[in-house]
Amino acid sequence: MDLSMKWLNDYVKADMPIKEFADGMTMSGSKVETYRDLSEPLKNIVVGKVIKIEKHADSEKLWICQLDVGKDAPVQIVTAAQNLYEGAVVPVVLDGGVCIDRHNNTVMKIKKGKLRGVESFGMMCSFDELGMENSDFPYASPDGILIFNEDPDFDKFVIGEDVTKAVGIDDTVVEFEITNNRPDCLSVIGLAREAHATFRLPLELKTPEFKGVDGDINKELSVTVENGKLCSRYMAAKVKDIKIAPSPRWLAERLRASGVRSINNFVDITNFVMLEYGHPMHAFDARYVEGNKIVVRNAKEGESLKLLDDKTPELKLSEDMLVICNEKEPMALAGVMGGLNSGISEDTNEVIFESACFDGVNVRRTAKKAGVRTESSSRFEKGLDPENAKNALYRALELVELLGCGKVVRNVIDVYPAVKEPKRLKLDPEWINNFLGANIPESEQIESLKRLDFVYDETDKTVTPPAVRIDIERPCDLAEEVARIYGYNRIESTVPKLASHNILTPREILTSKLINIMTAQGCRETMTFSFISPKGYEKCRIDESERKSVEIMNPLGEDTSVMRTSLIPSMMEVVSRNINNRTLSGRFFEIGREYHPIGDKNELPAEKEVLICTVYGDGEDFFTVKGIAEEVLDKCGVKPVFTALRSNRSFHTGRCAEITAEGGKVIGVCGEIHPLATENYGIDKTRVYMLVIRLEELLECSDPDVKYTALPRFPASVRDLSLVCDADVSNGEISGIISKNAKHLENVRLFDIYTGEQIPEGKKSLSYKLTFRKADGTLTDEECDKAVGKIINALSEKNITLRT
Amino acid sequence: MKEQLDNIQKQALAEIQNASDIKSVDDLKIRLLGKKGELTAILKQMGKLSAEERPVIGQLANEVRQVIETDIARRREQLKNLDTERRLKKEVIDVTLPGKRMEQGGRHPLNIVLDELKEIFKGMGYSIVDGPEVEETKYVFDMLNTDEGHPARDMQDTFYITDKILLRTQTSSVQIRTMLKTAPPIAVISPGKVYRNDSVDATHSPIFHQCEGLVVDKGITFGDLKGTIETFAKRLYGSDVKIRFRPHHFPYTEPSAEADFSCFKCGGKGCSLCKGEGWIELLGCGIVHPQVLLNCGIDPEVYSGFAFGVGLERLAMMRYAIDDMRLLYENDLRFLKQF
Repeated sequence: MDLSMKWLNDYVKADMPIKEFADGMTMSGSKVETYRDLSEPLKNIVVGKVIKIEKHADSEKLWICQLDVGKDAPVQIVTAAQNLYEGAVVPVVLDGGVCIDRHNNTVMKIKKGKLRGVESFGMMCSFDELGMENSDFPYASPDGILIFNEDPDFDKFVIGEDVTKAVGIDDTVVEFEITNNRPDCLSVIGLAREAHATFRLPLELKTPEFKGVDGDINKELSVTVENGKLCSRYMAAKVKDIKIAPSPRWLAERLRASGVRSINNFVDITNFVMLEYGHPMHAFDARYVEGNKIVVRNAKEGESLKLLDDKTPELKLSEDMLVICNEKEPMALAGVMGGLNSGISEDTNEVIFESACFDGVNVRRTAKKAGVRTESSSRFEKGLDPENAKNALYRALELVELLGCGKVVRNVIDVYPAVKEPKRLKLDPEWINNFLGANIPESEQIESLKRLDFVYDETDKTVTPPAVRIDIERPCDLAEEVARIYGYNRIESTVPKLASHNILTPREILTSKLINIMTAQGCRETMTFSFISPKGYEKCRIDESERKSVEIMNPLGEDTSVMRTSLIPSMMEVVSRNINNRTLSGRFFEIGREYHPIGDKNELPAEKEVLICTVYGDGEDFFTVKGIAEEVLDKCGVKPVFTALRSNRSFHTGRCAEITAEGGKVIGVCGEIHPLATENYGIDKTRVYMLVIRLEELLECSDPDVKYTALPRFPASVRDLSLVCDADVSNGEISGIISKNAKHLENVRLFDIYTGEQIPEGKKSLSYKLTFRKADGTLTDEECDKAVGKIINALSEKNITLRT
Repeated sequence: MKEQLDNIQKQALAEIQNASDIKSVDDLKIRLLGKKGELTAILKQMGKLSAEERPVIGQLANEVRQVIETDIARRREQLKNLDTERRLKKEVIDVTLPGKRMEQGGRHPLNIVLDELKEIFKGMGYSIVDGPEVEETKYVFDMLNTDEGHPARDMQDTFYITDKILLRTQTSSVQIRTMLKTAPPIAVISPGKVYRNDSVDATHSPIFHQCEGLVVDKGITFGDLKGTIETFAKRLYGSDVKIRFRPHHFPYTEPSAEADFSCFKCGGKGCSLCKGEGWIELLGCGIVHPQVLLNCGIDPEVYSGFAFGVGLERLAMMRYAIDDMRLLYENDLRFLKQF
């Protein structure tokens, strides 16, 4: 809401410095976004009158003008403008003055100088150079000097006066951000009421009045409201013998300051009233109210309406839209916009003003469906007060008479079956103080509410808010009013004594442990979007059965249209982007959610948290991610088993392992991403490795309970075993056999793999270091040999022999 | 014999001084003082001396031994120092060569800020609660006084899955779920991802992060809300920071407020960061609307509460002077490494 300070001053004399005004309003609840002086950057421009024009002796195009600028001596200015004449009243930028260079959108400083040898002490300017529009001066020539002589208010121009004052831009506009609950503040009077309460300044409101001419509107017009639910009040008034003309300067100025273009007196009156009272109105050309009937009803199937803005194609109406009709057809979309045909035009003779109250939700839906959002609809949709409809209508009629542009029929039509009862709320100052944690005296509470135009009834200690305050319903609403006028910042700050204690869940403990482990492994945490393109599944070769996703009805685009069921596509994007940025190696991790649909669409999906880690670049291989997995699982007290997995299509069939915990629960997978998948991301030379660990499963298997193991008190015996076996026997199998069959074995570690000379084709050699130790004494050589012997026997059963 | 001893001493000292490395000194020590050394040989002749002479010569011999021993030690030390010095000279390195760094990982800047928030609130006794991101409309809107027809429910602001399921636009849904299953006293924060139908640009993202807080107990006041937010801001930005509360509107709180903190760059004088205002918006907050408590089966006549919500992106962007929100989601290693 743009507020003209000049307009506000009609009601409240808020003449403090503008910053003080803005701060005060912000702190009492009407947030000021910004403010601007409309005369900026103009400087030293006055109203002048051309008293003499001569041709420049040395130029075909230049003129030498003598101007009266209200000083003792005239000012000489040389100009190339061709529309001047003696007697013309024009804006004159004097030496040192500033105006606007519209072509370059810069500020232009005017200095005295010589044009072809003749001295010039300033410049006459156009409306452009004042930063104004042709619509502000419809009579002005767009490419000449602005000449005021045809202005409707020409007689008010004073020679020598500052031009910003003469054309009414000696004003400051304050831009408010009004919250949705306060549509009453989308008006000059609403903000005046707030300023009155904020600054304790007198508020001068007056009830609009009009005289009217004899006649009975009921003989000339009937109004029927068929849907009283969507239209709680409908008022109509008629104005005859109207004269369509430009608005007077004071009215046009206020509209312009509020960001509304002046069109003609009648259109301007409805806009003016909307800005002043916050209640939208509409004006019909009476000729189009066929049958002299106004019917407020739902649109019928098949009806359509060409809207006033003339931009949108003919609008097909639907039955849930409320329309204002004549005898035959719709003339306006209720509360949104009038129709093109029934609007006011140059030759309109009689006008019917509408001031009504429509249901906010319906107006909002209709406006949305129609694809037009207007000043009117945006006010109605927040919910307006039917009482205010009358003020608005009367103010419009008052303005018609003030402008002398028509004859108002004395009585008006008012269809208002369910008159709104004023709300009465009990004022309990003690409750308010307890609620706020404040100590505001009763008298001050009452005083604050009164300043906001609430009526206090001492006999039963109730307050009645002004009718426009649709937001006041409960004691807590009164508490807010009292608090904001008293000042939020004056209420003493206290810290509650919380009876609760922070409880860390096992999940939180696990998560922070994982983060520590991952960062210690040199991984950087990423933050990827949880919605992806369904193409990501294809690119990452995700199994069909894993692709069923939660789909967004109204996504931003295809690439963010489904909730991921896997973090692999997100991570591939990260890798591909980094490779494109020439980051040739990296380690990343993220703890993120997968969203797995269960049941039908109206059931919430299962949101599963996973830890994903990806590494790529020099020195990284399968065993990097496996090592990370081992580190993670070890720190979580899980003894993992890695089993070759060939069926996961996202991974290299020979370089992928399923990770299970003891007992066989699958907790994750790690491996090299399938080369066709990396290729799909434009990665051709780099191998990408990933690790996925499912948090829920990890949490089930993890044992956070760490117990110290006594340090060994007796020496260990170490034996090396070099074995020969078939090439396809895995380390896992061999170390499994060793562990299962060994007594006193503390540790087994593979230290060499060898194929080549001395090893038969199709075989390989693996060398292990075995550490034996007894807890309760020194292990003898015999005991150790016996243990090794048992291992060798067990191995030989599987055709794994000692290398000779 | 005395003469002999004097000679040994004299000669020994000269030899010690001439020894050019530690090994020669050690050899000398054996030759002079060892069991088969010169001094020992002389002492062996002591038996030939008279009873009067014996203690005199004995003492003298001991003195000579002492002198030689001390001198050997001195020379040895001297040579060792020279040796060390020589070695160190050879080992001179260019200390301006790059250091060996262990490549560390690190958290995402948003989570660094979130961790800080969590720590602050955990320290104040709050628990952390979590809830679904794909959520039922009733928990995001209906139960928070945002009825059907409210502008916030528009498709243009919200991602819908069906009419009843959506991507949560705020983590307040978690507060509702908490109130439904926990009886007061409640003190929780609910950090997490939220979704709005905004295109990606320097200041918008369709996914962003919030951390909301909720306290419900007997006798919770607006003053308690203020004190809590002030404590939080001071822990986050230091004890000099000033906080102001402005009236605002949210459907689920009454009274509602926005809290600003004094600009940390200019200290409140007004600069480009705070757009000349001296204040920067921190969060939205308010006293939980009685209808919201009722919706969750909590009696507003007995209990009251406050709620607040902070946007993490803004905090992180200000903290690290990040001028484009997109950087937070591009996951460029060169960016992530800076935190």
